[in-house]
Amino acid sequence: MRELSLHLLDIAENSIAAGAKNITITIREDTTADRLYLSVQDDGKGMDEEMVRKVTDPFVTTRTTRKVGLGIPLLKAAAEACNGWLKIHSKVGEGTLVEVEFQRSHIDRMPLGDVAGTFLTLLVGNPQIHWVFRYSVDDEIFELDDQQIKQELQEIPLSDPLVLSYLREILESSIRSLQTTQVY
Amino acid sequence: MPTIKSLDDLKKIREEALEKRKVKTASGQVQVIVGMGTCGIAAGARDAMKAILETIQTENLEGVVVTQTGCIGLCEKEPIVQVVVGDQPKVTYGKVSPDVARQIMKEHVKNGNVVKDFVIQI
Repeated sequence: MRELSLHLLDIAENSIAAGAKNITITIREDTTADRLYLSVQDDGKGMDEEMVRKVTDPFVTTRTTRKVGLGIPLLKAAAEACNGWLKIHSKVGEGTLVEVEFQRSHIDRMPLGDVAGTFLTLLVGNPQIHWVFRYSVDDEIFELDDQQIKQELQEIPLSDPLVLSYLREILESSIRSLQTTQVY
Repeated sequence: MPTIKSLDDLKKIREEALEKRKVKTASGQVQVIVGMGTCGIAAGARDAMKAILETIQTENLEGVVVTQTGCIGLCEKEPIVQVVVGDQPKVTYGKVSPDVARQIMKEHVKNGNVVKDFVIQI
């Protein structure tokens, strides 16, 4: 995967598979400290210590269709190659927090890519989950909590054409305006 | 098209959507399922998903439910998209690029014709 936003999508899919009801995705760019922080927090079934240790190993996966899981190990390797790290905090029955940090300006640092596309895909494809998306660049913050939207819409699905154009518009325009304020 | 920004606009959207629903209740539901396992994502499932959502917007397709699934064991055929129209059997498509996704939405979901070239057997 060539974009960090695809990795976020991948990790969030793990959260969904773990039965999470609430998932929060955070992206934090700090241009002064030159760090890029990403996290996915869920209240899924969690993992024990043994599993957490194993999950960064490419030869561990819970899936039954194919035996090798590569999402997390590859992201960890990518972070470590950019003066960064990846940590997993998890507790059985409580949930999991996956955090990863990069040196923002590192030449090998993957681009964030299509963040709006990742958020839209998760939101519309998994309406049963309560999503919170937080993206900040220094002091500029974009936050989307889908609860208000869902309350307002009631029985109208997120895949309704009008709703889709609304969601796409707020995601794309907010993220674009965040990213154009960046100082290089 | 006016840009929609605030939460208040959702009220209007809801009313408008409800109004349209009254007119089109008999059309039956279509379910579109996109494979979003690691294999699917790496192969471009997010772009297929985006193309699907875009087509719902541009073609103004009502009553389409878009969901996701994990890896179904056909990683080499990803991105995989499945379509269920009403109570008809599920049709599985493989190697779904954004263009193919748009074609599936227009021909299968909208007009009811299976896009045979991209159907895979599972």
